[in-house]
Amino acid sequence: MSEILLRGKGVETFYGKIQALKGIDFEVHKGEIATVIGANGAGKSTLMMTICGTPRARSGTIVLDGQDITQMPTHEIVHLGIAQSPEGRRIFPRMSVFENLQMGATVDKLRHFDEDLVKVFALFPRLEERRNQRAGTLSGGEQQMLAIGRALMARPRLLLLDEPSLGLAPIIVKQIFAAIKKLNQEEGLTVLLVEQNAFHALRLAHRAYVMVNGKIAMSGTGAELLKSPEVRAAYLEGGH
Amino acid sequence: MSVAPKNNSTSDDGKALTSSALAKDLISTAVITLLILIPIVAMKTVIGQGVISIVYRFGMAFALTGIVVGVRLFLHLFVWHKAPSAASKSTAASALKTVSVSETIAKYIAPGLLIFALCFPVFTFFHPIWDKRVMDLAVYILIYIMLGWGLNVVVGLAGLLDLGYVAFYAVGAYAYALLSTVYFPQWFGTGILPWAFYITLPVAGLLAATWGVVLGFPVLRLRGDYLAIVTLAFGEMIRLVLVNWFSFTNGPQGISVPKITFFGLPFKDAPGSFSDFFGIQFNRIHFYIFLYYVILTLALITYFVTKRLRRLPIGRAWEALREDEIACRSLGINTTTTKLTAFAIGAMFGGFAGSFFAARQGFVSPESFVYIESALILAIVVLGGLGSQIGIVFSAIAIMGSFELFREMDFMKAVLPSGTEPIQFRMLAVGLAMVLMMRFRPRGFVTKREPTVFLKEKKSVSGDLVAEGHG
Repeated sequence: MSEILLRGKGVETFYGKIQALKGIDFEVHKGEIATVIGANGAGKSTLMMTICGTPRARSGTIVLDGQDITQMPTHEIVHLGIAQSPEGRRIFPRMSVFENLQMGATVDKLRHFDEDLVKVFALFPRLEERRNQRAGTLSGGEQQMLAIGRALMARPRLLLLDEPSLGLAPIIVKQIFAAIKKLNQEEGLTVLLVEQNAFHALRLAHRAYVMVNGKIAMSGTGAELLKSPEVRAAYLEGGH
Repeated sequence: MSVAPKNNSTSDDGKALTSSALAKDLISTAVITLLILIPIVAMKTVIGQGVISIVYRFGMAFALTGIVVGVRLFLHLFVWHKAPSAASKSTAASALKTVSVSETIAKYIAPGLLIFALCFPVFTFFHPIWDKRVMDLAVYILIYIMLGWGLNVVVGLAGLLDLGYVAFYAVGAYAYALLSTVYFPQWFGTGILPWAFYITLPVAGLLAATWGVVLGFPVLRLRGDYLAIVTLAFGEMIRLVLVNWFSFTNGPQGISVPKITFFGLPFKDAPGSFSDFFGIQFNRIHFYIFLYYVILTLALITYFVTKRLRRLPIGRAWEALREDEIACRSLGINTTTTKLTAFAIGAMFGGFAGSFFAARQGFVSPESFVYIESALILAIVVLGGLGSQIGIVFSAIAIMGSFELFREMDFMKAVLPSGTEPIQFRMLAVGLAMVLMMRFRPRGFVTKREPTVFLKEKKSVSGDLVAEGHG
């Protein structure tokens, strides 16, 4: 549990002259679920994208398992074992579900395609039902399942999930979070989860960060933050 | 492909034909018809001056066989096939049937077109009206089909809007022209000249691919409108260089180049020529028929290579790139190499076509590579349905064929202002046709996208769901 898989130190990212990340320190340990919560525009997704190298951090370092990945091109970072389910899902709408999953296995060069496909279908049976359907015709929840499934096909060491609950019905959100928990507990997959849905995310997380205006405002275990009065006031009460 | 007939056989309709059974039926029909027709149609006895001689009419026998098979196919698909399903109780079952029938037709279009294309020159022997002009038109259309297929890799699959495709066509043409007239005689002597086309063809493809990469590098970060403008400029740049670099390209006067030979045997009425070698009467039509088969081969290579590439990781990466570039990167796809390979492979096919164009024409000049050519090729790809290879065939035939039709329409002179020829209105008509097309069939002729892989059952993607006007 204690071995660090991903560590960021003083990460600063700019969009032109606008500073989106103002010196972020974070760590994700092997086998845990870490979460970053925060309001719109706090820089959560920017942090996610910076880990993946688009845009690159202007200063600070991001280290994956002892290897500095701060300035690497995105596709090389992905080859080191970070898979992402990006914000807004970004599935390939005109390709079939099956083809989408196949694209996910690019990094793995389709070596374990069949067994991984069985695993993804076991996790999300809905995808199996819709395997030959155009991905663009799936419902929002199914598209999110597909985006996660596609990321899993890369056999990642670290799975980045950017707002998997975005725009989904509560019951689907529950299913998605149950699947994330299952992945973590049964497969030992390390997950970094960015969420606005603080309640679900914190309940799941071993380690949690609260981002405000491009800075980490608070950190602790999920349970700690869930109890913290500031977090409750800002992100939990009134919402759920 | 083998999974599709399941639709037919699983239905409760016992009389439904699977595609293999249909193929067997059609082949046996063809064989029986031919066996009957050969004695009674193909050989005709003629009595003249006390001797009975036989006139062979195999062409007519084959044509009649073709008609019989065609009618039988039609009956299978629409008449015999439909009747039991209409009689079946559930409407759902008959709805299923309609789907499978239209899928069956779709399945036969490509092979049907291929067989037609392969047999096409045979007709010229039996129809004196269909002379070399028709062959020449067919060659011309095939060049554009090939260019359409080449551009389809860049625009249809990778989703990179390229308005300067004609530049690669020009590179291919000038590669052949310059190598065969200037450099090959210098390097290897004039003995090589009859073979020039065959040696230059791969070189022209490589050169065009190189230029594809050269264009690709600066535009890697561009998409949509911006990319279109840069590629447009690139096309014009190549043309202007060809016009102005007089010492190298002979400028606007162009270059006369040797025409294509039959693997070293020229097409002319002289000893050592094609007709002399095979001991047949010299006829210009041989040249056109040979041209036809060369461009058909090149076009088919383009078709099958593209089709194959679509199933490989690189082809899937192209399509994914068209869909979502950011998602591509986050899946570990190197978008730089993916874009460059799309440009290079598209350009390579353009280069092949250009080289062939020069060898057919016997002359190249910058005038053949103006912007409107790029626009035409793009129009062919878009009208055919982006990404659809069969659609491109139809749209190329429609556009290029209609150009030729305008030459024939003398009767139009009665309506047109005096002193004008119908041909001058061809662009107007094509423009109008395109406006109408975009109004009524905005996604092109063929709007289905076939998935490249299937799991257990095949299901093509309906055109209704394909995004419109996607840049």
